[in-house]
Amino acid sequence: MNILPFIFCGVPLSALPTGALFWQTHRILVVSDLHLGKSERIARRSGQMLPPYETTDTLGRLEDAINATDPTTVICLGDSFDDLEAGRTLSETHVAWVTRLMAGRRWIWIEGNHDPGPLEFGGTHLASFTQDQIVFRHIASESSEPEISGHYHPKAEIPLRGRLLSRPCFLFDERKLILPAFGTYTGGLRSSSPELSGLMSVQAKAILTGPSPCVVPMPR
Amino acid sequence: MRYVRGMQTLPSPISDWFSSKNWTVHPHQQAMLDQSDQASLLLIAPTGGGKTMAGFLPTLADLHEIPRARLHTLYISPLKALATDIKRNLRTPVDEIGMDVRIEDRTGDTSYTQRRRQRADPPHILLTTPESLALLLSYEDAPRMFDGLQRVIIDEIHALAESKRGDQLMLALSRLQSIAPDLRRVGLSATVEDPDGIARFMACHPQETTIIHADPGPDPDIAMLETDIPPPWSGGGGKYAIPAVLDQVRRHNTTLIFHNTRAQAEIFFHHLWLANEDQLPIGIHHGSLAREQRLRVEQAMVDGSLKAIVCTGSLDLGIDWGDVDLVIQVGAPKNVKRLVQRIGRANHQYNAPSKALLVPANRFEIVECKAALDAVYAHDLDGDPRPPGPRDVLCQHILACAAAGPFDAETLYGEVTTAGPYADLSPEAFEKCLNFCATGGYALRAYDRYQRLVFRDEQWTLRDPRAAAQIRMNLGTIIDTETLKVRLKNRGGGTPLGEIEEGFAATLTPGDTFLIGGQIVRYEGLKEMTVEVTRNPSDTPKIATFMGTKFATSTQLSDRIMEIFQQPSWPNLPEHTASWLALQRDRSKLPEPDRLLIEAFPHDGRAHTCVYGFAGRNAQQTLGLLLTQRMEQQGLDPLGFVATDYATLIWGLSPLTDPEPLFDPQNLREGLETWLAGNAVMKRTFRNSAIIGGLIDRMTVGKRKSGRQATFSSDILYDTLRKYDPDHLMLDITREEAMKGLVDFSRIEDMARRRGGSIDLYTLDRVSPLAAPLFLEAGRVPVKGRAEERLLEEAAQNLMETAGLDQIEPAPKRWAVPF
Repeated sequence: MNILPFIFCGVPLSALPTGALFWQTHRILVVSDLHLGKSERIARRSGQMLPPYETTDTLGRLEDAINATDPTTVICLGDSFDDLEAGRTLSETHVAWVTRLMAGRRWIWIEGNHDPGPLEFGGTHLASFTQDQIVFRHIASESSEPEISGHYHPKAEIPLRGRLLSRPCFLFDERKLILPAFGTYTGGLRSSSPELSGLMSVQAKAILTGPSPCVVPMPR
Repeated sequence: MRYVRGMQTLPSPISDWFSSKNWTVHPHQQAMLDQSDQASLLLIAPTGGGKTMAGFLPTLADLHEIPRARLHTLYISPLKALATDIKRNLRTPVDEIGMDVRIEDRTGDTSYTQRRRQRADPPHILLTTPESLALLLSYEDAPRMFDGLQRVIIDEIHALAESKRGDQLMLALSRLQSIAPDLRRVGLSATVEDPDGIARFMACHPQETTIIHADPGPDPDIAMLETDIPPPWSGGGGKYAIPAVLDQVRRHNTTLIFHNTRAQAEIFFHHLWLANEDQLPIGIHHGSLAREQRLRVEQAMVDGSLKAIVCTGSLDLGIDWGDVDLVIQVGAPKNVKRLVQRIGRANHQYNAPSKALLVPANRFEIVECKAALDAVYAHDLDGDPRPPGPRDVLCQHILACAAAGPFDAETLYGEVTTAGPYADLSPEAFEKCLNFCATGGYALRAYDRYQRLVFRDEQWTLRDPRAAAQIRMNLGTIIDTETLKVRLKNRGGGTPLGEIEEGFAATLTPGDTFLIGGQIVRYEGLKEMTVEVTRNPSDTPKIATFMGTKFATSTQLSDRIMEIFQQPSWPNLPEHTASWLALQRDRSKLPEPDRLLIEAFPHDGRAHTCVYGFAGRNAQQTLGLLLTQRMEQQGLDPLGFVATDYATLIWGLSPLTDPEPLFDPQNLREGLETWLAGNAVMKRTFRNSAIIGGLIDRMTVGKRKSGRQATFSSDILYDTLRKYDPDHLMLDITREEAMKGLVDFSRIEDMARRRGGSIDLYTLDRVSPLAAPLFLEAGRVPVKGRAEERLLEEAAQNLMETAGLDQIEPAPKRWAVPF
């Protein structure tokens, strides 16, 4: 697995090819926007029946990331479940799978806008969490403290010899780091969109996910 | 009075009207009257043969004999504009005859109030499109509206039969026929190669269709355009012929100049204007131009104020442009049937020969044009037999039926199999589609609680009736490519110029120039999903990659080209072309119909392999991908390839010595399965089928504009299905669609079967005359693998350097873990 180390707010971090973040010093693995149970929620709400395999796929990739890094702490940065009902109706197999992943390590569920309430899973449920002055929350804030968040599902587009390559990406500047969505059924918001361009400073960079993650100036 | 078989006379007010115009009823129009009792009737007539009148005469006669208050005739056309045009053309005779007949059209442009009123109180004659008809049938009140319908007229049925719109229409007719059992079907078609095929397509099975052939008229006056300079060795566009084309334009009233692609039409138009010293009024018309632009050109044409129009397939159908007396086809026609139909656009008078000129764009196309000319004179049209109706369209039909009300599965199966394209549909295949519509059809039963259709009181019905609105919104089989509007940047919002593909737009940086609507524009930026440009008259443009299909040369035409190759000499070809072919015969060999010629030669330090498959552009492209994959396995290190309609040229590090195993049909098919996995063509095909089949929603423009992260790419669904449910119906449909579409694998297999056993490998010491033009072809494909990652790394490095960001901190070294 190709892992890209980078420095954020003086702290050495690593970007994994699948969009997970690893903080080696504290052995913390961070993933954002898993959106587990998304196909179930879509079927419930709109009657559309998408291939019901995204929870299996997302958990499979999360397990890979855990196996590769062996973290003592896992932080899910919010929108872990597509809604609270999706969290409650997760199949027995998937519940057992999540429980197995949680076993033997600290697990922190940060609340997201899709899953604002408490969940029936173990672990710690928090609105935000702080480690070494770095705050972990779902949506980037206006404050001046160093912060790691998710929510926006950033993606970056790069022209490659007449073709356009589009990949989910990390965005970071002097203060903020935004993670790509880890869930299988998640779309992306272009880094050039007004929301993200407005949020990030002129120095911002993007780390494209994929077999070999790489850094580019954030496309605006 | 009902008509009985035999010679029918028109009611006197109608025949009086004919006499007052000094017109006589054409024999085929009379035949249509005489046979008007037939359940299914197909008229094959050349352009200008009074087809539409032939279709409507029995309706007018009927309505004159028995005035009625209800809907009598439904008219379906492939184009909205055609429906509007017919309304106008029909109104005049009906008024002059003095009949009290309500004629209305109904398309996507019809107002909401008008549409509601039409459902409550339908006119006598309703003119519409396949999509609007499907929508009408999805409402609960469809039976009330169509009860007692007498006739349905399908105009330009040959064009509809070429796409899924035709399959959808035939399914709609099967529904209509159940509502109105007395319904009689009338198809109006241009000249086609297989009238029986269209007849089967439109019949209500097991009944048959009666075919009426109109007098085909005199043979067209068609030739190759003679130019002072020979055409170039390769490429398209026909720029070399511009002086000769302008000369022809000057000598005729109105000339239509057809091109095979929009991009070529743009480039030609640009150069035509540069050479147009007399300032002849010449316009351009193609599907990527803004509607306002197109309407302006169409109006100018009707007024007769244009001397010529540079155009593409967008002018292939229907609308009567009047004074066209010459058709010029630039580039080899690729398909004889389409050529004949295009030629028909010149001289819209029945019984006068149409005049047309072919302009070969390069040396090889001279042979191709000659083959096409021979085929036209031999009345040898081409076309592939229509494949069975696609199942994604069937899924959509099942959902549309559910939107109209509960249905019985067996009854619906019976109804669907009366439609020509689905006559051979097995009960199992139907069952699978129904299951997909009801439950999603997944191996994992996940949606028991949220099924779309539920089985209740022995009938299938929507679980949630509100789903009907969503189903209606997704009706139709035309899938738009993702395009962005182009506007001139100025204070008042800007003049719309047309559309370009989103992918192309994304590669533009401010300052880049491209051609659209015949002008060179400069890209300024993207604003609210609109491309803003300024005029930039002086530069040489970067070329817009318009969508627009590149047609592959038909099998029949390829065979004719091969026949020309077999001649001992070529007195009918220009001297420069004849000597080129003779040189090829001398140095190597000319391809033969039942053998496969492969040349291997060194050039520029690389080993080259040229495979003359004559399978058409799409198949040769696929062949290139398959062969390079096999060659990679054999350690021949292929580096890239380029494909044309007749050959694939591959270059690499080691020469090919043993081609036999490469063409083993089983090896080819295995290679295809592997290659298809992550292929962009498959993903695009999947998206289209998933939208048509109702798996995902059609994206509305408004939704996309908001640009939120809520939507995700259908590529993800494709990858997920392949990984977890590889036998799912949608993947099966995708494979089937891709095989007959862009992948065109059937032609590769056909080629391998016909010629694979007898391969001639010629090892030469240098490039052969026939292969030489391939070196100048655009569209070279690099052999991938890790190429994408390598390109990305390179691009990332460049971007960081340009931005000066690499100076701030050293580029991090990448390292592989184990933690």
